[in-house]
Amino acid sequence: MATAPAPLSLSASTLPARLRAGAVPAGARWRQARRGRMVVRAKIREIFMPALSSTMTEGKIVSWSAGEGDRVSKGDAVVVVESDKADMDVETFHDGIVAAVLVQAGESAPVGAPIALLAESEEEVPLALAKAQELSNGQPQQAPPAPTEDAAAPPPPPPAPAAAPAPVAAGTKGIASPHAKKLAKQHRVDLAKVTGTGPYGRITSADVEAAAGIQPKSKPAPAAAAPPPVAAPSVGAVPQAAVLPPVPGATVVPFTTMQAAVSKNMVESLAVPAFRVGYPIVTDKLDELYEKVKPKGVTMTVLLAKAAAMALAQHPVVNASCRDGKSFTYNSNINIAVAVAIDGGLITPVLQDADKLDIYLLSQNWKDLVKKARAKQLQPNEYSSGTFTLSNLGMFAVDRFDAILPPGQGAIMAVGASKPTVVADKDGFFSVKSKMLVNVTADHRIVYGADLAAFLQTFAKILEDPESLTL
Amino acid sequence: MSLFAASAAVASSAAAYGYDTIRPVARLRFCGLRREALRLHSPRSTLQLVAARRSVVAAATAGNGAAASGGFDYDIVIIGAGVGGHGAALHAVEKGLKTAIIEGDIVGGTCVNRGCVPSKALLAVSGRMRELQDEHHMKSLGLQVSSPGYDRQAVADHANNLASKIRSNLTNSMKALGVDILTGIGTIVGKQKVRYGKVGFAENEITARNIIIATGSVPFVPKGIEIDGKTVFTSDHALKLESVPEWIAIVGSGYIGLEFSDVYTALGSEVTFVEALDQLMPGFDPEIAKLAQRILINPRKIDYHTGVFASKITPAKDGKPVLIELIDAKTKEHKETLEVDAALIATGRAPFTKGLGLENINVVTQRGFVPVDERMQVMDATGNVVPNLYCIGDANGKLMLAHAASAQGISVVEQISGRDNILNHLSIPAACFTHPEISMVGLTEPQAREKADKEGFEISVVKTSFKANTKALAENEGDGLAKMIYRPDTGEILGVHILGLHAADLIHEASNAIALGTHVQDIKFAVHAHPTLSEVLDELFKAAKVNTGVSHSINEPVAV
Repeated sequence: MATAPAPLSLSASTLPARLRAGAVPAGARWRQARRGRMVVRAKIREIFMPALSSTMTEGKIVSWSAGEGDRVSKGDAVVVVESDKADMDVETFHDGIVAAVLVQAGESAPVGAPIALLAESEEEVPLALAKAQELSNGQPQQAPPAPTEDAAAPPPPPPAPAAAPAPVAAGTKGIASPHAKKLAKQHRVDLAKVTGTGPYGRITSADVEAAAGIQPKSKPAPAAAAPPPVAAPSVGAVPQAAVLPPVPGATVVPFTTMQAAVSKNMVESLAVPAFRVGYPIVTDKLDELYEKVKPKGVTMTVLLAKAAAMALAQHPVVNASCRDGKSFTYNSNINIAVAVAIDGGLITPVLQDADKLDIYLLSQNWKDLVKKARAKQLQPNEYSSGTFTLSNLGMFAVDRFDAILPPGQGAIMAVGASKPTVVADKDGFFSVKSKMLVNVTADHRIVYGADLAAFLQTFAKILEDPESLTL
Repeated sequence: MSLFAASAAVASSAAAYGYDTIRPVARLRFCGLRREALRLHSPRSTLQLVAARRSVVAAATAGNGAAASGGFDYDIVIIGAGVGGHGAALHAVEKGLKTAIIEGDIVGGTCVNRGCVPSKALLAVSGRMRELQDEHHMKSLGLQVSSPGYDRQAVADHANNLASKIRSNLTNSMKALGVDILTGIGTIVGKQKVRYGKVGFAENEITARNIIIATGSVPFVPKGIEIDGKTVFTSDHALKLESVPEWIAIVGSGYIGLEFSDVYTALGSEVTFVEALDQLMPGFDPEIAKLAQRILINPRKIDYHTGVFASKITPAKDGKPVLIELIDAKTKEHKETLEVDAALIATGRAPFTKGLGLENINVVTQRGFVPVDERMQVMDATGNVVPNLYCIGDANGKLMLAHAASAQGISVVEQISGRDNILNHLSIPAACFTHPEISMVGLTEPQAREKADKEGFEISVVKTSFKANTKALAENEGDGLAKMIYRPDTGEILGVHILGLHAADLIHEASNAIALGTHVQDIKFAVHAHPTLSEVLDELFKAAKVNTGVSHSINEPVAV
């Protein structure tokens, strides 16, 4: 740190302080040492950096308990000093007015160096200020702290060194909030010159910061104004969506827990390199089968899930997932999650072991799951254990769409509506067949184009010759 | 027509919308290829057999059934079902006394409904908010938190729910023991006679061998202050947390004011204290108050005016803010006018003793307080004890703390059951639940010095810092100080003051030592688990230097 003036260099001043200052014993006992050392002559006294421990050579001012212009009495704590051991309050030995602070909070001074001037009465304050000026002019190296010293938390260097008298509490002019006053003192802003923009023209901390030329910290607005936090905190390093400025007049409805989870999963999917492959499937035979099994409670959803499961059994990689970006995780079960809209949200009940159970059992399970989903009674493993997802918008006559891959799965299938289409066969005969388009989105880290194509081919074969579904 | 029209009947309203799974719970996974043997087991929660253990509160004697002796309706009637009355009632039943308690408002009194209890709920929130907002603190623990926020109504609900829960616990505990809970305002109409019921219709008269007054207190509002409950209010309103003003003035910097400053600043308000005395936090040990100012006031968005009275406070209206006229406490000259968004009046509490019918038995209150002797026996205008009439808690003003009231009540019941008992008020701890907390028991250092001067003994003081405590450092909460004032000649503990993490929970080792007369040279051998905050006190005990050496109880057999 900058060498502060040796006490003797003060001899030019009228202060006889050096007599005592020079005599600060290095091993001064704690009780004595914790008191500010002051010396009487005239009516202006110096407050010195005390030696708070036997090994202390310099001390850092943590904070001034008394500010410039404050009247203090004997025994009052005026400054908090951080030594090599601890923080301690330093008391004054005399009554008086703190006329000038020579070493600001955050700065350091060697033991015995003057850190403030104490005037005995109002009349002496200007005299003390003159002294302070003299001290800082005479020893310019004293006022600015060494640049290296406070690398961690550099206090904004005061614009004018010690001599500038801080404005004594506003009170008379503009009303300033408690924090605004603290900031003004800290940054030596004259509150009388600040225009208040707060309620009732009050000076707020933002006004003071603006006057001091400080960029307001990009801290979130005071908590009172903050919206309730979203229930699901994002884990991973998912980039937070940028917050757009509010739209005037618009209604803001926070996400429900379910919606927040959806949002989070959707954002997470951006980290996965996905691609899509579409496939047309003729459904006439499937429709026939459906008409037959419908009375037994089998639904189209179950037929599609069963077909997908059977195809997945032959193409395990499509049923796999990529967990760490470095490996394939092959799932031991084939669990088909089916997306279901539920008031204001979306949930995916899972048909577990869809490849092994027959369509009648699956239909029973599906009925139970849908009932539970509506009652919001699904257990976590009943909606989160899927290894492949099926999403079907066919009932809305959507002919094709594109699904977003849910995190933790390798592929998702989007099923469109089946509709009569004119088809030309290889002999050139035209006919009208029911045809639907399916579109699979997959994680290209593990599923490649050919894998997906092969899977879709198998899937199409099963549906186009659906007798195997009933086995 | 699409075949999916049919399937829509199944998925029906559950129209499969989209492209997503929701996955809040980690799935079980198995590596390698699919194996039949490895079934994916769902961690289905097996039915937990909850041992339907009924907490039987009733004492073995099942107390209150016995008829009162001597032709009285009750052995003991308590007026006021606050914490003091509740403590007395429970102990009375334990002693086999037939007991009734009269409550005109709601069970639980100030503490449970408008005091300690809901304020602890708010402080629990403020403590967490403060911690989450302290970037430096979080960073040094290695935690990252983004923009903590709160929902005011939910915070307020938490406080309200807590109060109702504790209130019903209190009510149930008395009902379970068979204490008769009588509803209405209780008035003493004569010796051992109480009338109760609605105001003006108190028609039920009962006789009791002993009567305990436990009517408590209400917030004290100095004259000149207009309360509107919205912008100028007392703790009664503040605890409902109907608003979080941008800038609030708190008149009074005692426990209540200090705790609310902690709540409001954590929730984003700026605070201005108005204190009539020259020091903030009067009543605290000066050294503790000084450190508290460094930790709880200076670094926060708080400023203060000391040595001033708020002579006039006008609620916000007609587009004007709350106006507070400050006058010098000594000269009474006008000093300045504050303009703030709200004002909380925390100038102490006034006894609630009107309508008790004290005039019927020739008792005159002093500034509203019921005069009592050291056994809580009520004194009449001539200075004589009124037989069979006691007053406990805030109504007697000895020590306005919930647990003091309860302790006084227990002491009274002991006397009634034939065991003389004088409560040592110097052994009653007190706590202020700021972050960090402040707690104390016994004398402050100046009080101890005064007493030492008067009685001619020496005192010593030992101190330790929370910075020296492993557990406090692990929590990154090294701010704090504990000090003990004791007699070096006898080892008697005169006072202990703590400012630091969980100070309120730490004080009891000291208060118990004072209550039981344990001296420093004995307790210093008691073992404290490491690393715990309790070692802060251990540190104090071990640092104390007592000249007598080890007392008799440890070294020598006691002569009988």
